[in-house]
Amino acid sequence: MSDSVNTIVDDPFAAAMAEDDVRGRSLWMDAWHRLLKNRAAVISGIIMFVMLLVVLFGPMLSPWEGDFTDWDNTSSPPSLETGHWFGTDAVGRDILVRTLEGGRVSLMVGLVATLVSLVIGVTYGAIAGYYGGFTDRFMMRVVDIIYALPFMFFVILLMVVFGRHIVLIFVAIGAVNWLDMARIVRGQTLGLKNTEYVEAARACGVEHRDIIRRHIIPNLLGVVMVYVTLTIPQVILVESFLSFLGLGVQEPMSSWGALVNDGAQDMESAPWTLIFPAAFLTVTLYCFNYIGDGMRDALDPKDHF
Amino acid sequence: MSKPVLRVQDLAVNFTNQTGGIFRRRERVLRAVNGISFDLHESETLGIVGESGSGKSTLARAILGLIKPSRGRVMWRGDNLTEMEEEELRQKRKELQIVFQDPIASLNPRMTAGDIISEPLWTFYPHMARVQVEERARGMMKMVGLLPNQINRYPHEFSGGQCQRIGIARALVLNPRLVVCDEPVSALDVSIQAQIINLLKDLQKKLGLSLIFVAHDLSIVKHISDRVMVMYMGSAMELSTREALYRKPLHPYTSALMKSVPIPDPKLAAEARQSSWLTGDMPSPYDPPKGCVFHTRCPYKVKRCIADVPALRHMEDGNRVACHRAEELDLAI
Amino acid sequence: MALLDVRGLTVTFDTPEGELCAVDRLDFSMETGETLAIVGESGAGKSQLMMAIMGLLAENGSASGSAIFKGRDLMAMPPRELNRVRGAEIAMIFQDPMTSLNPYLTIEKQMTEVVQHHQGLRREQARAHAVEMLRAVRIPDPEERIRQYPHEYSGGMRQRVMIAMGLLCAPDLLIADEPSTALDVTVQAQITQLIGELGEKSNMSMILITHDLAAVAEIASRVIVMYAGEVVETGSVDDIFYRPGHPYTQGLLASVPRMDSSVDDALHAIPGNPPNLQELPDGCRFRDRCTRAVDACRNRPPVQRLEDGRSSRCVRDIDTGELLDLPTLAEPEPERTASPEPEAVE
Repeated sequence: MSDSVNTIVDDPFAAAMAEDDVRGRSLWMDAWHRLLKNRAAVISGIIMFVMLLVVLFGPMLSPWEGDFTDWDNTSSPPSLETGHWFGTDAVGRDILVRTLEGGRVSLMVGLVATLVSLVIGVTYGAIAGYYGGFTDRFMMRVVDIIYALPFMFFVILLMVVFGRHIVLIFVAIGAVNWLDMARIVRGQTLGLKNTEYVEAARACGVEHRDIIRRHIIPNLLGVVMVYVTLTIPQVILVESFLSFLGLGVQEPMSSWGALVNDGAQDMESAPWTLIFPAAFLTVTLYCFNYIGDGMRDALDPKDHF
Repeated sequence: MSKPVLRVQDLAVNFTNQTGGIFRRRERVLRAVNGISFDLHESETLGIVGESGSGKSTLARAILGLIKPSRGRVMWRGDNLTEMEEEELRQKRKELQIVFQDPIASLNPRMTAGDIISEPLWTFYPHMARVQVEERARGMMKMVGLLPNQINRYPHEFSGGQCQRIGIARALVLNPRLVVCDEPVSALDVSIQAQIINLLKDLQKKLGLSLIFVAHDLSIVKHISDRVMVMYMGSAMELSTREALYRKPLHPYTSALMKSVPIPDPKLAAEARQSSWLTGDMPSPYDPPKGCVFHTRCPYKVKRCIADVPALRHMEDGNRVACHRAEELDLAI
Repeated sequence: MALLDVRGLTVTFDTPEGELCAVDRLDFSMETGETLAIVGESGAGKSQLMMAIMGLLAENGSASGSAIFKGRDLMAMPPRELNRVRGAEIAMIFQDPMTSLNPYLTIEKQMTEVVQHHQGLRREQARAHAVEMLRAVRIPDPEERIRQYPHEYSGGMRQRVMIAMGLLCAPDLLIADEPSTALDVTVQAQITQLIGELGEKSNMSMILITHDLAAVAEIASRVIVMYAGEVVETGSVDDIFYRPGHPYTQGLLASVPRMDSSVDDALHAIPGNPPNLQELPDGCRFRDRCTRAVDACRNRPPVQRLEDGRSSRCVRDIDTGELLDLPTLAEPEPERTASPEPEAVE
């Protein structure tokens, strides 16, 4: 073999050939390390993790049940003696437990609805963007039309027809959020479609569905993930809004939105019924936003040296 | 003479562009490739040289069917690529491959080197065992001069030259018969360019490949081509053997290109500066000159050049040139 | 007095993988009226060198050392003063003209803005001056074309505009960082020629940063060759091309495809890969790729400085290629922050 094919002068080459495989450092790892350097994001992450644990396991540790009415202590302020650390509401239900259980619902809505919109939106957008032409135009017109429908009208319609079931909340919110995701993904796909590595994949005979799966989607996940972390708080807020209007979850189940609604009505006489759920809600929103910002900075390729 | 493996016949690629407002919509046609014909034999290397706007990259892609030609035929071993169904053409990709100009952009940043090289195998041999695929990928890496233990690394962890080697490995993993190299060294450092050119030459000899090497620099193509085609504004100006072209170009544009390629030699550079006469920019491709496309910059033009388009015709020694005055002109360097 | 005298320039970057040294204790100087070429490939540090001097380093970069320009140390200057020097006394031209020009403003706007800012001319005068500059760089119909937008110019013409903008304030020093790399071969030649002529005509000093040896051959008077953050060889342009002393320079010249070579000549590539600045070998940084390396190369090679201005950082004699007989070869590699390098050899 002629010298020109060796990339490495002979002596070190032979030794190097026998070495073990070197571990690669993917772009995700780089981004993860960058994210870990972002204090706000890391703290937010820890808070959210703790929040999740508390919300899931907290109610089991509490002596009170969410729907237990303590007639001796109705509308009582937070105190350690009564055992109601966050106080009680007008019918004597422990605010702490209600807040945590409400958190379960809010977070679940946030995560599930976002997941639904993610799956639908990414698939829809990637297909529209990749195939282009009539397919794209048609699919995007459908998005435009659905977008134009007034959200509230749609939700009320669903409620009226199917009743106020919690699954319906997911459906309603998911049905609207996937539109934004689809648009964003389509936009990204249009750009990615023209990259040289996609062209290279076509030149290697890779089939369309594999190109979308292997080349397009992994390279849009960055943008999608950032969008997801910013969507979750949005969804929680939407649910709160629905609850505020009385269209959200039904009693005895509660969500932070519903609790805020109830608390707002007793704001002057029993402010603790508003403050605690509102605080939890606010902290959650802040945290997701910080995490989302952190992710966007971590994934931004401009910082590559 | 053995039969050619590739026959390109009157290949043309047009791009249409809509301009004007809503009410005065006009269509502009860009003839990126304007009727190119040539043959390629087994284990032969054809260098295609031209400046940007000459259509050489478009031609390369049209030959492989990555861009749909507007006219003409591409015959590969007797099959007509231009008239094939998408699936049939896709199957042909096993034999026809391409190496791209930008080594980093042509690799998916989220895939490891091993995956990138293995992907063609997954595509056409989906039942091939994973161990076998990996073995073949490692073998390819060795063949192009990369250490196989780098198989799990990502493109951004390699240098430009190494990325290009990965691209070459990917192109060769299916044992193609024809590899089109679209300016494969333009984006690389000078000393690495030489490595890659030498690598391609070695691989071609070892594997008996036919190569089409597209470049904008005549001096690069010189080291690797058997024959060279010079393109200008979508048309072929000259198609000669390497020896003939570099000794005595037949077309004024070829001669001008040669003189304007800078030489890394201070004394020669001073001389060359005086003798180079190619000035100005290429005319707009939407409004190409009538007759011979080069006539607007050609010092040898006569009336006929403005009126008739010269065909790419054969001279005595078998080389071809598209110039009305080819017999009279003496353009030896 | 030298126009620009750089001593001990070190540029480091703070990256996620650790500290990266792009330029290591560099010294060089240039005289007025000279055209100095700084030649090197990826990782050589040639661009970072100039960015550091001009105060244009990226955020994670830091530089130390001195760069005395016309008696003042650029690296010790407060940013505002450096800003005034940039553009007025030192002009820089970058590689990709499309990203250097604002696509939303006309050429006129962009050029007159520069002149008005630095020289306080009124708009009419600024415009006239700008048109003159466009004419000097051979843009046809400058009166008309000055009103156009960057996208209406071809790549070569955009680069000419960049050069014209660089010349607007009649700088003492023009620094061109890979000015023709992004352009076609024939246009490259035109731009290189233009830069060369402008230098000759106005006796302006120029620094050309490039990996294009042909451009260097055409317009440079002196050459500095860099590898992995160090200067490996300096000399006049004739010295470098006809009598290269350092194996890297020799290898570089042998690997460049040339129009005038015989058809049967092979290309001699330099083996190995460009230097990984985070994993440099001890001693001579080129030794992994050098076909003439010896054991002594594990120590930092001395710099041979000859009286005619040539120098080479190698254990081999710059003229004969024979190994030098040096007592200092036995010493270990000095720490980067410590004493100066081994003594020069005549």
